[in-house]
Amino acid sequence: MKYKVKLEIFEGPLDLLLFLIKKEEIDIYDIPVAKITDQYLEYIEMMKLLDLDIAGEFIVMAATLMQIKSKMLLPPDETPQQEMEQEDPRSELVKRLLEYRRFKDAADELAAKEAVSSQLFTRKTEERPLLETEDSPFFEASIFDLLTAFSKVLKEVPKDTFYRVVKDEFTVGEKMHDIFHMLVNQTRIFFSRLFSEAKSKLEIIATFLAVLELIRLKEILVIQQDPFSEIEIIKNPETVKPSGK
Amino acid sequence: MDQNELRRVLEAFLFISSAPVPVTQVKEVLGVDEPLVKKAIEDLKVKYSGEDSSFRLYEIAGGYRLSTAPELAPYLKKWFKGQKSRLSRASIETLSIVAYKQPVTRSELEAIRGVNVEGPLDTLLERGLIRITGRRETVGRPILYGTTRLFLEHFGLNTLKDLPILNEFSEFDLSEEERDKIAQLNTGAYDAVQEEGGSYGDNQTS
Repeated sequence: MKYKVKLEIFEGPLDLLLFLIKKEEIDIYDIPVAKITDQYLEYIEMMKLLDLDIAGEFIVMAATLMQIKSKMLLPPDETPQQEMEQEDPRSELVKRLLEYRRFKDAADELAAKEAVSSQLFTRKTEERPLLETEDSPFFEASIFDLLTAFSKVLKEVPKDTFYRVVKDEFTVGEKMHDIFHMLVNQTRIFFSRLFSEAKSKLEIIATFLAVLELIRLKEILVIQQDPFSEIEIIKNPETVKPSGK
Repeated sequence: MDQNELRRVLEAFLFISSAPVPVTQVKEVLGVDEPLVKKAIEDLKVKYSGEDSSFRLYEIAGGYRLSTAPELAPYLKKWFKGQKSRLSRASIETLSIVAYKQPVTRSELEAIRGVNVEGPLDTLLERGLIRITGRRETVGRPILYGTTRLFLEHFGLNTLKDLPILNEFSEFDLSEEERDKIAQLNTGAYDAVQEEGGSYGDNQTS
């Protein structure tokens, strides 16, 4: 069994460069490009070894570093027009690094503030919906809420099962029946729980269609206690005869 | 309405409200003068600052909000089974750039971070911490992003002016020489935020 672990070690090439600069105690305004490029490439190799996803941006930065390195090797251009502005080939990169670092620092401070305010708990539900819907302490989830929840479930499908050819047929009718059975024993089912046993995308889709069908037939209600909270499924209290087959 | 009654009513408002309560709203609903409302708030602040109080009254996102005392957090986390999810590093970096540079486009965010920000942007939009504020009238009419009131609430800020001041060059004790280097590097890009600073207060969303 091969495990793939995705770690976000560095937020990007700039983050990696800042890390190297700090580690080597380098003056950011006078970066030894050759040395930093070597180290940068070493890290990229290491990330490859660890089977980490290397985003294209890392490679672009490697190319940029090498370009700067080669520019630094060239003798200064001494044609008269260029005499005035001999820009250091590194200046563009340094600017980007400084800019990024400012926001990285700001992000640290925001994270600290978040940590503080995460210690404070406040009332969660908005009081207005409660007033408007009189005594029912929920509101119906919209189709968009359902689709959002559905796409979340789809993302959680174990990927490798796609390669197996499984001849498991799931029909919407069967799934409707299943859901109905679940509602006999339980008064409410969490939307995500419906899919926890699902083994393939097909099964998930069949289940989802079954939910939609049951809503259309007014057999069930999908509700949310609060905006963005888990969607729950309950039997429609207004339906008298259960005809879930 | 005497001051005592005003304080009690205000406390009731704070108790039932999930969003921060703006002074102006209290003023309008009750038809009392702002100084009196402020006085009542101060009284309540004192009342809730006591060691035996379970609550605290904070000024957040342009209003006042009652929250539990920070030292009770461990128990509340147990009660809520550790909800209150914090943001990922990628999201918080992206969010900090949005906060300071708003309104800002995706490509501007990516230029600063040096990586794709699609994922973090989606997360932040979904959590309601940023919103689309419009489109820039340039080629391609790119979408502009800005922060929301919920952003202020999430970080316990009252207005955008309370954002931590951006460090220019935090780790350096600037020498004369370094100052010159900065002057060379600075092509005005760093001043942009400062210039826009004045408009932060106006960007508040409701």
